[in-house]
Amino acid sequence: MKRQLSALILLTAFVSIISSCMNDEDIEYKRAFTAGAVVYQNHCQNCHGNTGEGLSALMPPLTDSVYLKQNKAQLACILKYGLAGKLIIVHNKPYQNQMPPSDLAPIEIAQVLTYVKNSFGNKLGGVKVEEVNKDLSICQ
Amino acid sequence: MRNLFYALICVLTISACSNSASNKTLPILGNREADTKTVDGKTVTDTIYQTIPKFNFIDQYGDSVSNKTLDGNIYVADFFFTTCPSICPVMHRNMLAVYKEFKNVGDFKIISHTIDPKHDSVAVMKKYADNLGITGKNWLFLQGQKEETYKLAKSYMVEAREGNVHDGYFILIDKQKRVRGSYLGTDPNEVTKMIADIKILQAEPDQTIVQ
Repeated sequence: MKRQLSALILLTAFVSIISSCMNDEDIEYKRAFTAGAVVYQNHCQNCHGNTGEGLSALMPPLTDSVYLKQNKAQLACILKYGLAGKLIIVHNKPYQNQMPPSDLAPIEIAQVLTYVKNSFGNKLGGVKVEEVNKDLSICQ
Repeated sequence: MRNLFYALICVLTISACSNSASNKTLPILGNREADTKTVDGKTVTDTIYQTIPKFNFIDQYGDSVSNKTLDGNIYVADFFFTTCPSICPVMHRNMLAVYKEFKNVGDFKIISHTIDPKHDSVAVMKKYADNLGITGKNWLFLQGQKEETYKLAKSYMVEAREGNVHDGYFILIDKQKRVRGSYLGTDPNEVTKMIADIKILQAEPDQTIVQ
């Protein structure tokens, strides 16, 4: 009986070790997502809301996966330099408010994009800092 | 004997509960002074409460709004500016809940004072109100002289000053223009409490307005 129990404990431990064992990419994604949540709270949440719901017609929601996909290469630029006077269509609704530029570093932009693109109903995968640097190099 | 004792406790508890519920009133905040007069040869002392002083501003429709306009209204006031990226969106996201709850009430208003009148013209305020989804005259966005706005903030017991500095409080004013509550507008729980307090205030019997 005692032996069976210890065998069971061993087996459980083994299974949990295997399942928690992830490849580097998974770990990197999880790390970026967690850090991105904090960046979001500090820099984005006031305007875009706790659940990315936006605010009436003033602040666009972040729940439109189609918009995020279609404007993939511009997202880093929008975060870094803000938006002024540009009309954007999100969920088929027009938004033309000013978004202030952020002083986020490329790594933070990658983190917050990873968070936003995989929260609020979006499932668009992680964003790497290399991609952000590439996108930033062509946005001006 | 013992049963009787328990029964008594029960009755007392229940009556205490119902008492406190029916007598629930909001405190009157701010400075107060005693006003002693002689009426019919007797000395009578009245408490004079701090009230919101005169002001004159313009709303998002370009119409003039003064303290007189708000006579006989319960209202909530706050200070903001349309380009504020920090606490204002949070405040007004929460204020939307208040607007939705009372938008069809005739003697209730929300008054949002801009502290950046240079940028927040009547047209800018109208656009802001439209985009927020505000129609009608229950939520007014007021634009006026900076100094007058700062002075008014003091009587609401909130901070608003040069450099677009303001705090995030919602101030509840009764029909007699007395301050009856102050709530952190960025906290949804405090705003829920304010909605409950507005209902308490609405149930208060009308008094004569002494100005």
